[in-house]
Amino acid sequence: MNILIKSGHLIDPKNDVDGIHDIYISDGQIAAIGKSPKGFMAEQTIDANGKTVIPGIVDLSARLREPGHEHKGTIASETRAAAASGITTLCVPPDTDPIIDNPAVAELIQRRAEEAGFAHVVTLGALTMGLAGEQLSEMAELYHEGGCIGVSNGTRYINNTLIMRRAMEYAASCGLTVFITPEEHSLVNAGVAHEGSVSTRLGLPAIPEAAETVAVARELMLVEQTGVRAHFCRLSTGRAINMIARAQHDGLPITADVAAHQLHLTEMDLGYFNSQCHLRPPLRTQRDLECLQHGLQTGNITAVCSDHQPHDADAKLAPFSETEPGMSALETLLPLTLRMADEGLLTPIEVVSRLTQHPAEILGLDKGHLGIGAAADICIFDPEQYWVVDAEKLVSQGKNTPLHGWELKGRVTHTLLNGKTVFSLES
Amino acid sequence: MKQQDVQFDNDGQLRHFLTIEGLKRPILTDILDTAENFATVGSQNVKKVPLLRGKTIVNLFFEASTRTRTTFELAAKRLSADVLNININASATSKGESLLDMLHNLEAMHCDMFIVRHSRSGAAHFIAQHVAPHISVINAGDGRHAHPTQAMLDAFTIRKHKPDFTALRVAIVGDIMHSRVARSQIHALNSLGVPEVRVIGPHTLMPPEASHLGVHVYHDMEQGLRDVDVVIMLRLQRERMTGALLPSEHEYFQRYGLTEDKLALAKPDAIVMHPGPINRGVEISSSVADGPQSVILEQVTNGLAVRMAIMSMVLGRSPGSDDQERKA
Repeated sequence: MNILIKSGHLIDPKNDVDGIHDIYISDGQIAAIGKSPKGFMAEQTIDANGKTVIPGIVDLSARLREPGHEHKGTIASETRAAAASGITTLCVPPDTDPIIDNPAVAELIQRRAEEAGFAHVVTLGALTMGLAGEQLSEMAELYHEGGCIGVSNGTRYINNTLIMRRAMEYAASCGLTVFITPEEHSLVNAGVAHEGSVSTRLGLPAIPEAAETVAVARELMLVEQTGVRAHFCRLSTGRAINMIARAQHDGLPITADVAAHQLHLTEMDLGYFNSQCHLRPPLRTQRDLECLQHGLQTGNITAVCSDHQPHDADAKLAPFSETEPGMSALETLLPLTLRMADEGLLTPIEVVSRLTQHPAEILGLDKGHLGIGAAADICIFDPEQYWVVDAEKLVSQGKNTPLHGWELKGRVTHTLLNGKTVFSLES
Repeated sequence: MKQQDVQFDNDGQLRHFLTIEGLKRPILTDILDTAENFATVGSQNVKKVPLLRGKTIVNLFFEASTRTRTTFELAAKRLSADVLNININASATSKGESLLDMLHNLEAMHCDMFIVRHSRSGAAHFIAQHVAPHISVINAGDGRHAHPTQAMLDAFTIRKHKPDFTALRVAIVGDIMHSRVARSQIHALNSLGVPEVRVIGPHTLMPPEASHLGVHVYHDMEQGLRDVDVVIMLRLQRERMTGALLPSEHEYFQRYGLTEDKLALAKPDAIVMHPGPINRGVEISSSVADGPQSVILEQVTNGLAVRMAIMSMVLGRSPGSDDQERKA
């Protein structure tokens, strides 16, 4: 099938393209940019006049809830929401139920995603069996048989530093990147909000900044010792960013990402116990928010992810600390990140690189760009269209968003996966 | 910010009583003045007034309490309301029936007011946000967040002895971190115009950014007590001795226990308060608790009048006759 995307503003950071170009797609791949290939007859033409065309978004962290919690979401429902958000590749952490500590679970997720056909789904294998932090998982098998593109212990902190060291060493010998969600478990101490003036006022059990910085400090020392390639997921504190920046300056092989909502929400948004703002890591201070934004500007943080965590309504209907953390975040990822450009903090091309090129590189995938021969995973959006977030109208099965009622700018109109239209706003 | 007004109805009258935060001085003064009228009811021969006849009040206690529940029950009965006591083991709700299901069942029985105590901060707000429009909620203590009726009865007791709030120095001593009483007292005292509220306690029992609550933070008892007019001692929960918050009861009493020697640093006519129940020899010595400056038992008595005032104001808010009846 031949497709022509006509007159769109193409932004492809990896190939240094930023301008109005026609895109020619053949057999699910980019056939040409700008000039029609010989004898190209378009069977489908998408008029992208006034729209922006970017590589399909690569999301470093999205819970799809399947297997294990299908009442919150399924691979089909959440990849469909991804398609509606311009996201064509999703990376799933290993904390599914059952846990991705054997190839069968990874294969199941892959197969269901392929059946649904809305997005590519890649998985992270468990770093330790059952994420229990005791026994190393069969990482090589997870990689070769299960197709896991990296390893992670999810949000479960490994208390035993010796085991963390061994896990990193073993991952290094398998050539795998370790994905780290830094949170020192004992310092979290059943906390549910950032330790600061808001948690003090509301009397909520609090998570101190040190829960993150202590974990980052330990893992940085171990990365230095073991030489493993490591990626730090969803940082929330300014101090942690500074530590990451210093380690990068010293040449450590590390990267970092941030969740889009952490760039726009703070502890103040908890108001009077708004459970939609019960997130992990918690919303922190205005100062932290500015440090995270600054980290994206300097390139110490190179990726923005959704940290999508859909929930059923009941999960948020209880006194704050009894609710489950997380937000349904796929559909707000692009507009929240575009806001950084609107606020003059990043250029549009930088925004796109942090959603496409860099996360793909972190995952080691040949995605996130639109070079000749690349898979035609494409997101087309109207950069000027405003829309109001209506929680009930989210495509995701999870309607839990603290952004209900927010007016956002930038709306996805088409999403293509391997040259096939998987979302179109009109239809 | 959107949810700020959940305590008020559309006419700006108190519909729920959940927290002191955000309540302006006239409302608090109104509560204290109304309580003044009720203070005599208990000493009359017939200890009842018919203000809430026909109303049904549910004491919904998810956390064990004898004293608070009893005073609420007595206050409701003195106002001629029907009272239902429901004690729920918190673990019973976590399995099976959800909190909301239980509330809706009670609503279906045509109750008028829920008096809620719960171990989680924000529980009273959560319930207030989800009850049917005709139901009022009074917070009888939610987690570490608020205990507004306790704070009002403390303010009432202070005013009895020290009528001018704007001339006072008040020290709150002990486990500020875990205390809903302290949080509500701080809001009440600030709102009533107390120029200097101090909190005294070790770092491990002091919430971060405590000064943002509008208090001066002291870690040294001797410094903190100097020249204060009111000393409020907080109960130290025994379970705080585990989890590395404090080394021992003995050392705590040495540093933060209120003894006659330490009390001598305060003004000579300073009063000593405690929300109870007291741990003698842990946060306060018996000689001070039973001494001439102690008003601890008065607090208990005043609790009744203040709770009657709040209940009658919240349930009697509907326009017209009720309002006049209350003033009469």
